[in-house]
Amino acid sequence: MDYLYFPGCTLYTKAKNFDQTARNCSRLLGFELKELSNWTCCGATFPLATDNIMALLPPSRILASAREEGTALTTLCAVCFNVIKRTNRLIQGDGEKKDKINNFIEKNYQGDLRVVHYLEILKKDVGLAQVKEKVKRPLEGLKAGAYYGCMLLRPFDEMEFDDKERPTLFEELLEALGAKAVDFPYKIECCGSFQSVGAPEVATECAYKILGSAIKSGAEVIVSTCPMCTFNIDHKQADIKEKYLDFKQVPVLYFTQLLGIAMGLDHRTLGFDQNFVDPVPLLKQKGLI
Amino acid sequence: MKVELTRDKVHNEFTKKVELISGQNLFACYQCGNCTAGCPVSFAMEVGPHEVIRYTLLGLEEEALNVNTFWLCASCLQCTSRCPKGIDIARVMDALRMVVLRKKDRKDHIQISEFPEGFLEKVPQIAFISGFRKFLS
Repeated sequence: MDYLYFPGCTLYTKAKNFDQTARNCSRLLGFELKELSNWTCCGATFPLATDNIMALLPPSRILASAREEGTALTTLCAVCFNVIKRTNRLIQGDGEKKDKINNFIEKNYQGDLRVVHYLEILKKDVGLAQVKEKVKRPLEGLKAGAYYGCMLLRPFDEMEFDDKERPTLFEELLEALGAKAVDFPYKIECCGSFQSVGAPEVATECAYKILGSAIKSGAEVIVSTCPMCTFNIDHKQADIKEKYLDFKQVPVLYFTQLLGIAMGLDHRTLGFDQNFVDPVPLLKQKGLI
Repeated sequence: MKVELTRDKVHNEFTKKVELISGQNLFACYQCGNCTAGCPVSFAMEVGPHEVIRYTLLGLEEEALNVNTFWLCASCLQCTSRCPKGIDIARVMDALRMVVLRKKDRKDHIQISEFPEGFLEKVPQIAFISGFRKFLS
């Protein structure tokens, strides 16, 4: 089965490694990501003010133009996924807002698109048993901490992704790839999100707590599914190191990069140069690249 | 802080505006503090989200708006998902931001011109777009 694919702004620039590895892995797993022929930024935040119709227009436009090309839309960035899925739910459940939005964007979108995250495709459509079968290089001996962040999970009743306090989908994937999934208390805590613009020192503190919790639980690498989280927990390690002298850096990878290793992709195509903390020494030490 | 309450202060225009923008019933709050306890950024807040909700409910506009609480909210929805009374607290925090940002005189919370050198190149656009939507008039 093929999926319409919405990359989003950051996957075209600072998270190219996320985009490329996902596309390459999907082919090996038997599905194709068909990039939308027309897309814009999703707005990067679901408007919480109930009267802010304007902020619903970009995601609605994306949904409407996707519906013209197919029936299932996927995305990788957890923020895009949250914004697009919540907007879709709103259009499905609120007739008045739906009409207003359609009037604005001059479309007739009814909310009849399946919005699905890449992780859900792996779990529900492909099946983790199938994924496991296709593993060429099991990630044996790698202790990986699955970091969910907030946007995949919350609000729980709209995202319907996994358990709201104790999700396991991400760990199940890592185990299927042969890694040892490390459970850690801060795996669903916020990375500080856009506070890296508003109050950078607060975001640094959030990242420090998450990383500290993962390291304490034995994680050698943190796995992420969001370019915003990745910036906060990977790139901000420089700031953390400045503040906490005894802090030991830990690599942060996108889950598709680990998937790529397991699927036997050439490690030179996995874009490790875009990761802030170099994961290559660890992966070499583990004999994975 | 000494706070004087009068009949016309409680549940005034300000409170109603916040309730309207957020779509939440603030009277549902019974001050359990679960939101503040689970908030990942409450350590940096001058008062907790539950206290801001109380100020707002009592119509204390100045007290509610002159704290950093809602500016620090990262809309992670931890509070929303754990509120035993079903209040979408993140929406209340956003409504407070909107009350300030929508005032007649433009009042941006962050100044783009004051970003340190190299900041625009370093930070991914997703953070800027999101942040600008939350912090700019």
